[in-house]
Amino acid sequence: MISNDHQRIRLEAVSKRWADTAAVDAISFDVMPGQFVILLGPSGCGKSTTLRMVAGLEQASAGRIRIGERDVTFLPPGDRGISMVFQSYALFPHLSVADNIVFGLRSRKVPKPERRQRLERVAELVDLGPYLERKPAQLSGGQRQRVALARAIISEHPICLMDEPLSNLDARLRGEMRREIKALQTRLGMTVIYVTHDQVEAMSMGDRVILMQDGRIVQDGTPDELYNRPASAFAASFIGSPAMNLLPLVAGDRGAVIAGEASVSVAPVDAAGGQLGLRPEDIEICRESAQGVPAKVLDSEYLGADTILRLAVGEQTLRARLPGKQPLEQGQPCRLAWAPAAAHLFGADGHRRDDLTPHAISAAEGRSHGEGDATALPPQSANPPGNAQGIHP
Amino acid sequence: MLIHNADRRMQIYGALLLLPAAVLLATFAYLPTIATLINSLFLPGFRGEPPSFAGLENYQLLIEDQTFWRVARNNLIYALGTIPTSIALALGMALFVNARLPGRGFVRMAYFTPTILPMIAAANIWMFFYAPQIGLFNSLLGALGFSGVNWLGDPSVALGSVIVMTVWKEAGFFMIFYLAALQGMAPELKEAADLEGTSRWSFFWRVTFPLLMPTTLFVLINALINAVRVVDHLFILTKGGPNNATNLLLYYVYENAFSFFDRTYAATITVVILLVLAVVATVKFAILDRRTHYQ
Repeated sequence: MISNDHQRIRLEAVSKRWADTAAVDAISFDVMPGQFVILLGPSGCGKSTTLRMVAGLEQASAGRIRIGERDVTFLPPGDRGISMVFQSYALFPHLSVADNIVFGLRSRKVPKPERRQRLERVAELVDLGPYLERKPAQLSGGQRQRVALARAIISEHPICLMDEPLSNLDARLRGEMRREIKALQTRLGMTVIYVTHDQVEAMSMGDRVILMQDGRIVQDGTPDELYNRPASAFAASFIGSPAMNLLPLVAGDRGAVIAGEASVSVAPVDAAGGQLGLRPEDIEICRESAQGVPAKVLDSEYLGADTILRLAVGEQTLRARLPGKQPLEQGQPCRLAWAPAAAHLFGADGHRRDDLTPHAISAAEGRSHGEGDATALPPQSANPPGNAQGIHP
Repeated sequence: MLIHNADRRMQIYGALLLLPAAVLLATFAYLPTIATLINSLFLPGFRGEPPSFAGLENYQLLIEDQTFWRVARNNLIYALGTIPTSIALALGMALFVNARLPGRGFVRMAYFTPTILPMIAAANIWMFFYAPQIGLFNSLLGALGFSGVNWLGDPSVALGSVIVMTVWKEAGFFMIFYLAALQGMAPELKEAADLEGTSRWSFFWRVTFPLLMPTTLFVLINALINAVRVVDHLFILTKGGPNNATNLLLYYVYENAFSFFDRTYAATITVVILLVLAVVATVKFAILDRRTHYQ
């Protein structure tokens, strides 16, 4: 796999301008052969435009696009050696599945016996064997998606671009296709650039995620890096469900405190004016008597595997995710704690601040109500289970 | 019983909804057709006498009528001259104005203008183009040093002149249908084809044209009907002359009915036209419909 350097994609300060607005603003990145790279971002962030510029469907206003050693910036789409899967699938409605799949091979004048051979192989690969004679209208959404994939695979182009290929499918099918696409990519060693606004797709499929906002790259890293070390408040809020809590910090007596909650300082005083980021799953809920940041339960949402609590801290609301069913009552006071590594500090400009170390907020210090107080369990978990079931019909 | 009643009420309800359209169709389409059919079996009555039943005598006359065959041949040439040309031109214009080009709206409007002009007005404009001495075409030819042509007066040219005008008039109308169909086509199809290096030519024949088939079929039927519906511009341009060189079926019907006052013979020709049209339309739908992809 060393010789496949011709699959490397390189963007150098590529821009796309319409009139006086820049949809894509001088972005640069490299995609290595065999990599599965996700372009992630909210709608209108320029991710699709970027993909279409790589495909050649849109002409770059500035910058260079290279594939391998070739400068493809001004090449027509057909000469770039790429295939693409569209959000709408872009299947030809009047052609059978088989004709749809071999459409490109016919355009490239591949001889008929070879076409048939490749069709057979690809149809098996994507499980479309029994449907080859059908028209796209007679297929389900998932099957149409497979035809679109097959059309991309059969071209045997090393690079495949995907523009939100799963967004027209229902949730269950989406999960299935996610795994299938990822497995196909690994098996065929394809280089994939995949556009999505769905962070679940990005996290689960990508070797690397490029997060974009307003035509610029916010963060370019592995899913792990995006989750654990978000480069900005935007990146922090975009990844994770529910999103990371972002709490404004103000200057307090002994350091920066959460606005409206002056009793516990959570970070050095320099962090004031910025934001404190806490993932809902990193927050511990302790008894009211424990140490930690005082909070009050606003409501809870039971999701089966876990419960999402909405809590009021000072003037702020934040979400916490706790495992299982948590019988916490509305209005119940409690304390919050978290590990120092779980707290992320962002400056007033939204960028991550690694120069400051957030304070440890531990529940273990306080002993106002005897010994058991440090346990991170809600008070009512000691109740007989029958009680909890009585609340929940 | 209750279900049965409800079912019946729904049927009556449905029939009532259909009634207005059925009444209009019966009054203006079916009854006249039947009346025409009956009329064609009679000979006209003279001096106030009632028409006398003649069986198929009118049809016998028709077969022996040299003028009828001349007119039918003219109409065939007219159809073959106008239908493919205007459809091809309409498709070409639609593809052209569907592309990104400056002043697209203006060009579309310009192409459509002939359609919104009343036929009589359009024919009058073309009279100026075709006029032997002062006409636009002959003036242009004269400026280039050629001698002029008597566009509408020369029996060998006149039908061609009428055909050209019809194509000019119809192409813009058909273009609108093609344009609408083209606008309904997903742009991703072209992009997907581009990514495989499909040439424009190949894309047109493999994707665009097949997807436009329903439109083509519709336009074809319309063009056919229009080809046997021509009265008005013959009325202005040639009155069927010279020596029936531009006489077409419906104009011949008109002549028989209102110039020669032979209503029953006119009815006979009409019945023949209707039969021919019905056969052609049936064949077209039967053959082309099977090969047409409807979305």
